[in-house]
Amino acid sequence: MPQPRQRLIRNDFRRLSLGLLFISPWLVGFFLFLVYPVVSNFHLGMTHYSGFGQPEWIGFRNYQELFHDQLFWTSLYNTLYYVILAVPLGVAVAIALALAMNQKVREVTLYRALLYIPSVAPVFALSMMLIWLLNPRYGLFNYILSIVHLPAINWLGDPRWSKLAIVLVAQFGAGQIALIFLAALKAIPSTLYDAASLDGAGPWRKFWYVTLPLLTPTILYDIIIGIGLGLQVFAPAYIMTGGGPLNSTMFTALYIYKNAFEYSRVGFAAALSGILFIINVALAVVTFWSSKFWVNYHIE
Amino acid sequence: MVSRVFLIAMSLFYISPMYWMLVTSLKSDQELSRFPPTLWPEELAWHNFDQATRTFPFLSYLENTAVFAALTMIGSVLSNFVIAYGFSRIKWPGRDLLFYPVVASIFIFIQFPVNPITMVPMFSFFAGLGLVNSYVPLVLPTFFGNPFFIFLLRQFMLQIPTDLSEAARIDGANEFQIMYRIILPLTRPALVVVALLAGVSAWNDFLGPLIYLQNDKLYTLSLGLQFFKTMHGIQFNLLMAASCLVVLPIVVVFLCFQRFFIEGITLGSSR
Repeated sequence: MPQPRQRLIRNDFRRLSLGLLFISPWLVGFFLFLVYPVVSNFHLGMTHYSGFGQPEWIGFRNYQELFHDQLFWTSLYNTLYYVILAVPLGVAVAIALALAMNQKVREVTLYRALLYIPSVAPVFALSMMLIWLLNPRYGLFNYILSIVHLPAINWLGDPRWSKLAIVLVAQFGAGQIALIFLAALKAIPSTLYDAASLDGAGPWRKFWYVTLPLLTPTILYDIIIGIGLGLQVFAPAYIMTGGGPLNSTMFTALYIYKNAFEYSRVGFAAALSGILFIINVALAVVTFWSSKFWVNYHIE
Repeated sequence: MVSRVFLIAMSLFYISPMYWMLVTSLKSDQELSRFPPTLWPEELAWHNFDQATRTFPFLSYLENTAVFAALTMIGSVLSNFVIAYGFSRIKWPGRDLLFYPVVASIFIFIQFPVNPITMVPMFSFFAGLGLVNSYVPLVLPTFFGNPFFIFLLRQFMLQIPTDLSEAARIDGANEFQIMYRIILPLTRPALVVVALLAGVSAWNDFLGPLIYLQNDKLYTLSLGLQFFKTMHGIQFNLLMAASCLVVLPIVVVFLCFQRFFIEGITLGSSR
């Protein structure tokens, strides 16, 4: 007859194996589709490999080459430029959209749908549309600029504007995250606003001292997602500019793609992916660490 | 009044690319090259749609894309339901600890299944198995769970009272029966959300098809649109007509299931 304690352990073991059975697809997927490729990036990154035949071991040569590769630094600069511009702008736009979606207007559901729809539209189609919308001669944007007497801009042909055009594409997808901000806005107790009113706060001060602090957990989420999306930005650049003009939109993801699938430098591309992974993790860790200074988790 | 003006201005800006896509798709070649552009076509050139669908094999790419989206939906619903069940409805030692890597990997799998960080080794892997030029590399991973969907479904399932499972357990039901008979019906709204989001993400995938599909018979619509970029430039009215046809199903699905989309996004956010 088993002792109660033994039975407890056996019961634990039974539930452990049952739990593992249910999550086993994820375990397999996690190792096969995440751990394996991440480790393999560093392994392949130390080989000379064209995609055919056997990878040839060359140690750290790819990393040395990378270090002296002007285009690698350009792509890193472009990617970080994009992240630094797109992430804060994305947060601001998403909050603005959420505030709009939260207005007490009768037909607000219609506006919600209109603001949300572009975010489910495919990025590749949106990018195609923007090529035309931003066309220097016939595009609608420059026509609007000309109405207000501003000079026409060659959005996709001028290195000074090209990254901005790609940042703009991302803003049309802000509807998804705006809905999360909307849910957070609705969760703010109205008594807080009443109290602020009693203290004589106007709409701006209410936003600054009540709304914004209570949105910080969602802002953290948005920043984390935004960094990931920004570091992996690919389709808009591939479709709209192909990395040009003058490599001004050659993002790291695009450079990885070109090396692996156009220049047959698979080992070099793997080394690049490994570096992108490290940057990805480092930025996430720093963001999480910083959150304890500015994220407000308590509604008091 | 001020808020309404603000709302209308923002909505107009957000819908402008789609409006412009529709307007451009209906313009004749002559009207297309006019400046300032006309805000509504003087003459509706419906034949653009006819011509656009003959520029590339629209129907067969539509079929490919639909099959791809359907398989992705099936894989996502099946796998994420079972995995999320294991992370929420069964108590086992180490469960919540093992959930950390799920949440952490959302960050890398922001593009799923193909993303720039993992694509080079994964391509070599699938190439070694002779599976390039098939949908296997695009569909297979969806049968092994997607961290974002696991997170979303787990949040949902944790809100279902444990008493329901306990009562069934006392009645002698095993875990699979409880999952199938009790939890599945209650989780259905969240599963609809997962199916919709998974289907849309397959429909909208560009990078995955771009690297894995090299035979143009297998192309998806996302690759099909590239046919309009030729050496002589782009025929924008035809490209926009084709784009309308690609975007239209998504908009229709969105309008039909609007409630699910809007509730679904916020489902996972209730910490």
